[in-house]
Amino acid sequence: MSNSIIRVEALHKSYVNGSNSLHVLKGIDMDIQRGEMVSIMGSSGSGKSTLLNILGILDNYDAGSYHLDDIHITKMNETKAAQYRNKYIGFVFQSFNLISFKNAMENVALPLYYQKVSRKKRNNVAMEYLERMGLREWAHHLPSELSGGQKQRIAIARALISKPKVILADEPTGALDSQTSMEVMEILKEVNQTGIAIIIVTHENDIANQTQRIIRLRDGVIESNHINHSFKLESVEVN
Amino acid sequence: MFDKDRWQEIFNAIKQNKLRSVLTAFGVFWGIFMLVTMTGAGNGLMNGITDGFKDFASNSAFVWANNTTKPYKGFRQGRQWNFTNDDMASIRREVPEVDVLAPKLQGWNISNGENVIRGLKTGSFRVNGEMPEYNLIDPNEMVYGRYINDMDIHHRRKVCVIGERVYEVMFDKDEDPVGEYMKVSGVWFQVIGVARSKNPNINIGADKKEVVSLPFTTMQQTFNYGNDVHFFGFTARKGASVSETAEKVTQVLKSKHSIDPEDLEATGHFNVEEQVKMLNYMFLGINALIWIVGIGTLIAGAVGISNIMLVIVRERTKEIGIQRAIGARPWTIVSQILTESVFLTTIAGFLGLALGTLVLHAADMAIIAAQAAKTSEEGTFFKSPEIGLPMALIALAVLVITGLIAGLIPAQKAIRIKPIEALRHE
Repeated sequence: MSNSIIRVEALHKSYVNGSNSLHVLKGIDMDIQRGEMVSIMGSSGSGKSTLLNILGILDNYDAGSYHLDDIHITKMNETKAAQYRNKYIGFVFQSFNLISFKNAMENVALPLYYQKVSRKKRNNVAMEYLERMGLREWAHHLPSELSGGQKQRIAIARALISKPKVILADEPTGALDSQTSMEVMEILKEVNQTGIAIIIVTHENDIANQTQRIIRLRDGVIESNHINHSFKLESVEVN
Repeated sequence: MFDKDRWQEIFNAIKQNKLRSVLTAFGVFWGIFMLVTMTGAGNGLMNGITDGFKDFASNSAFVWANNTTKPYKGFRQGRQWNFTNDDMASIRREVPEVDVLAPKLQGWNISNGENVIRGLKTGSFRVNGEMPEYNLIDPNEMVYGRYINDMDIHHRRKVCVIGERVYEVMFDKDEDPVGEYMKVSGVWFQVIGVARSKNPNINIGADKKEVVSLPFTTMQQTFNYGNDVHFFGFTARKGASVSETAEKVTQVLKSKHSIDPEDLEATGHFNVEEQVKMLNYMFLGINALIWIVGIGTLIAGAVGISNIMLVIVRERTKEIGIQRAIGARPWTIVSQILTESVFLTTIAGFLGLALGTLVLHAADMAIIAAQAAKTSEEGTFFKSPEIGLPMALIALAVLVITGLIAGLIPAQKAIRIKPIEALRHE
């Protein structure tokens, strides 16, 4: 068993639109270790969202290979994909994507609902995670009654509840002010401390600088992939 | 299935757009309501009509004589003729397909004025001559006593069976009329029974409630009808066609009376079998129409539901995408949509069913009340408009299936939503 949680080799992806074919990913090689915190940067159109979708098993790839926790992820049916997503991956989105008519606790508990965990049990677990996020007293509020930072914390709790191996965060701070952004990053770092790998897609240097490794994409290829030296410093500060 | 999270979504979708949900559901509600009330009304019509003759021998026909319309064997056209006792014997002999044969006399000329007298009570009633066999064609139930029997015929007894109205007029309330005497058109007759027809909607010549029936032979002798038979009813044996038998019977009669076999006007006949058949076809047609209209309306409702489910799926594209991203299986989504669709249809349909049944019940009550209050003697043509349990169950099954079908296309569309598309930042 290798130590990599995500291993991508020579990944290609093109979108076919009528007679036009758009080659978005042109051979990506990437290896992310267990418990690593990595950011993926790149301008729009660099293919970072596509890569994230493939990593999240939300989309297929054309050529190459993708191993998630040493499982070869190939074309699979949606039921299977849903199971893998549920088991291995937690998603955090820019626009939070909470279900508007479910309260905080129910939103957090939702992944367990798909695992057919009983209502009482999953709500108890959801409360624990809300507690960790410091949102216990907000458990019965609807998303519309919460601030952006609170919503994102709920989204993180929802991503964590199924005990994933990887958290995929797509511009997690994109909709937040810098103060809340920092808070959310602190939480993500804490989560990372528990051994969960975190991949953050961002275009903000501030955010990327807080991760251990920064992967820069440009026109479908990896432009650079280097260890972020300022991270160690900062993590010392944090701890 | 009964997890709160599933229903939360359904109620949320309905609540968020109450008017839309109500209007959509109304289509199905109306479909079922129409189906139920129309079927009930159809049944009511059928009950009302068939109730008036449901015991009448459906394989029977009546035959009477008309003036001839063609000259034949030296006789002029326009000749008047009558059936006789001998004709009855000939029919018995020559037409084996005839089962029951019941000659009848109609006392037109002896039913004038206040022809029935008992003490101080008088009344004007039709007098008919009957054979006991007639009770097999047009059955009566006896309120008092018995019907005319073979001994009455054989001995030409001066007895009579009276209708309910005759009893009301000629006797005190609850008085036992059996054994009492009445003067009928000048002759004393002993009452042997009060008959209530089981087929009040079929009346020949006079309302059966206002008839005094005498033994056929007694009437021939007493009122000077000789051998005359005014008309007769018969039933065909099992397997024989009534119209063919009627044709044979009339040919026998025509040959006995020197009437051109081609003279179609010389005899008249009324074929009950054909009428019943026609009515049955009519009811079949009404029922088919009801179902076509009802199912059509229901389909329109289902299309409405389907349509609105499509809108709901579109509105919820993002939500569905989120659910997929955090691990909802396609089946979870499909069953969610189907549950919602079936729920909406079933609730709407159930309300339609309930209201339809309520309306039918109210109509039934109104009919019963009207009947109780009514003093006139006319029969009803509408009775117990209701639908049976099987029909209600069928309707419910149709609803669930409708809901499933209505939800199918939207559900298909829902699972075709790619989580990525749903999650794109706006």
